[in-house]
Amino acid sequence: MGALNIIVTVKQVPDTHNISGEAMKEDGTVNRAMLPTIFNPEDLNALEEALKVKDKLGGKITVITMGPPKAVDVLKDSLYRGADEAILISDRKFAGADTLATSYSLKCAIEKIGKYDLIFCGRQAIDGDTAQVGPQIAEKLKINQVTNIINVEEVTHSSITLRRQTEYGQEIVRSNFPVLITVTSETNEPRFPSAKRVMMFKNITKKETEESYDETYLNTEEERPKKYITEWTAESIGAHDMKIGLSGSPTKVKHIEKVVLTSNNKNMQDIPNTDAGINALINALKHEHIFG
Amino acid sequence: MNAPILVYIEHNNQKVADVSLELVSEATRLAAKLNCEVHGVVLSHNAANELALLGHYGCRKLYFIKDKRLNHFSSVPFSKMVSNIIKKHSPQIVLFGATSTGRDIAPRVASELGCGLTADCTKLEIGSHSIKDKTFDNTLLQIRPAFGGNIVATIVSPESNPSMASVREGVMKLNTPDSSKKVEIISESCSVDDGDFLSEILEVIREEKTVDLKQARIIVASGMGASSPESISLIKQLAKTLGGEVGASRPVVDAGLLAKDHQVGQTGITVRPNLYIACGISGQIQHMAGMSEAKRIIAINKDPDAPIFKIANYGIVGDVKDVIPKMIKAYRG
Repeated sequence: MGALNIIVTVKQVPDTHNISGEAMKEDGTVNRAMLPTIFNPEDLNALEEALKVKDKLGGKITVITMGPPKAVDVLKDSLYRGADEAILISDRKFAGADTLATSYSLKCAIEKIGKYDLIFCGRQAIDGDTAQVGPQIAEKLKINQVTNIINVEEVTHSSITLRRQTEYGQEIVRSNFPVLITVTSETNEPRFPSAKRVMMFKNITKKETEESYDETYLNTEEERPKKYITEWTAESIGAHDMKIGLSGSPTKVKHIEKVVLTSNNKNMQDIPNTDAGINALINALKHEHIFG
Repeated sequence: MNAPILVYIEHNNQKVADVSLELVSEATRLAAKLNCEVHGVVLSHNAANELALLGHYGCRKLYFIKDKRLNHFSSVPFSKMVSNIIKKHSPQIVLFGATSTGRDIAPRVASELGCGLTADCTKLEIGSHSIKDKTFDNTLLQIRPAFGGNIVATIVSPESNPSMASVREGVMKLNTPDSSKKVEIISESCSVDDGDFLSEILEVIREEKTVDLKQARIIVASGMGASSPESISLIKQLAKTLGGEVGASRPVVDAGLLAKDHQVGQTGITVRPNLYIACGISGQIQHMAGMSEAKRIIAINKDPDAPIFKIANYGIVGDVKDVIPKMIKAYRG
């Protein structure tokens, strides 16, 4: 029985709680360079679930991200936590991609990796909260998906059993490989980076020539000289220009409004935080039958 | 008559989901501007008389795929069938509830058809959009907060046929049902192979909701500024005293302090109670998207500049631990 091949998709995201006005460009898009960035939280849960599968059954975890060169940070972080290899797909041509163009680009990269049994994705990224890229990758690869999972019940060398949250309760679902799974924050508590692995990987640099990736991939674990991060471009993953970036994105941003709160009640009453003030408020609301 | 608007109808436990009736209602408002009809598609193994309700809310035709294999949800066959219906009937707009099912299949359908899809819209409108010198009239404007609520984006997909969007439950208002209006039910064949059913459902565990915020007349909600065990206990006490329910902002739910059923906002539940008491809630736009239509809003916050005060009817600057006991005392008289 061959070792499992596990892919985890991750994203570097702006820390959306700290967006300043300067980070907005005039065309309404966000200047990500101006924002502090973090590892998308639910992608850490996806990575953790992959690591747990590997702990149990063995296998190889390849982490993949699409983003600007500095997205390499989340790949390094993934290596620190236990991933085996990491791939950055980066190209100016990817800029402006919506979920459809993004999932196409990731699908091309996954097909280039070639072998996969399990693909773990975070349910959604905190910058868009769309939860669309995972299912769209699955559709483009023509494989099954199980979304919104809160627990992995069982995993074998050929199938995985998952607990999925719905509005009506929970479902226990089993799928054979290959399958794409989207993981919520409830699923696990991500492990911390290991100090030993941080020492191992902190000085690695990106491998610029993509050809060598395939060679080392064919080698066994022992033969491989060194683990590193591979960078691929749109051309090297065989992506069609018309399907990536802005041209591959059917959705367009028409208009962006910075949120300026307008009061819908100009006469907000200031209620003094005193017994008398609060008594008066409660009595007024009682009088108006607001409490029913 | 122009191409219709298609709504994906969710059906579970012999009931049409509320979100589907809300989407049909919203679709009738959009359809009036587009001079078109509202159609639905439902996949079910047992749907029957309850489907007539869709007509009362304004759905004119319902494509009904009935098959015993559809008793449990499975991503691949469900999305293939919806894609097939779209290809066959060519709607100009397709709407999905942003439920666990809708969020699972809508992206797959959009990917298969190469269409644009906007998740969790808080508002839908019809308008025009120009790309270079080409103007698209009567296109769907898909409006949603993004980037942690720091912006509100209007998304369009004028060259995508159809435009697709998902909307959370509770966001769109229901039409007044008119029982004289009928829906024409059209049987469609189940055009998928057994081999497409790749998910095997081993068990379904039904959970009753611990709280139903949509029905609550009074909601006392906890934000990160009132999320200590002591504050949450006071919030529960106030809710109980007033005969209301406990709500929460997303960070409080994410931190595991209150269950997901309590979450108010864009990614939670949209509520319209008589009274909303926001405790230690700063007022992120995603939260306000879910509660700003409350009849009365009381905001309690230590920070006098908290955005929540801009939409509140009554503002109390102070610590929840200090204010709530006073409110309980005043209410009990």
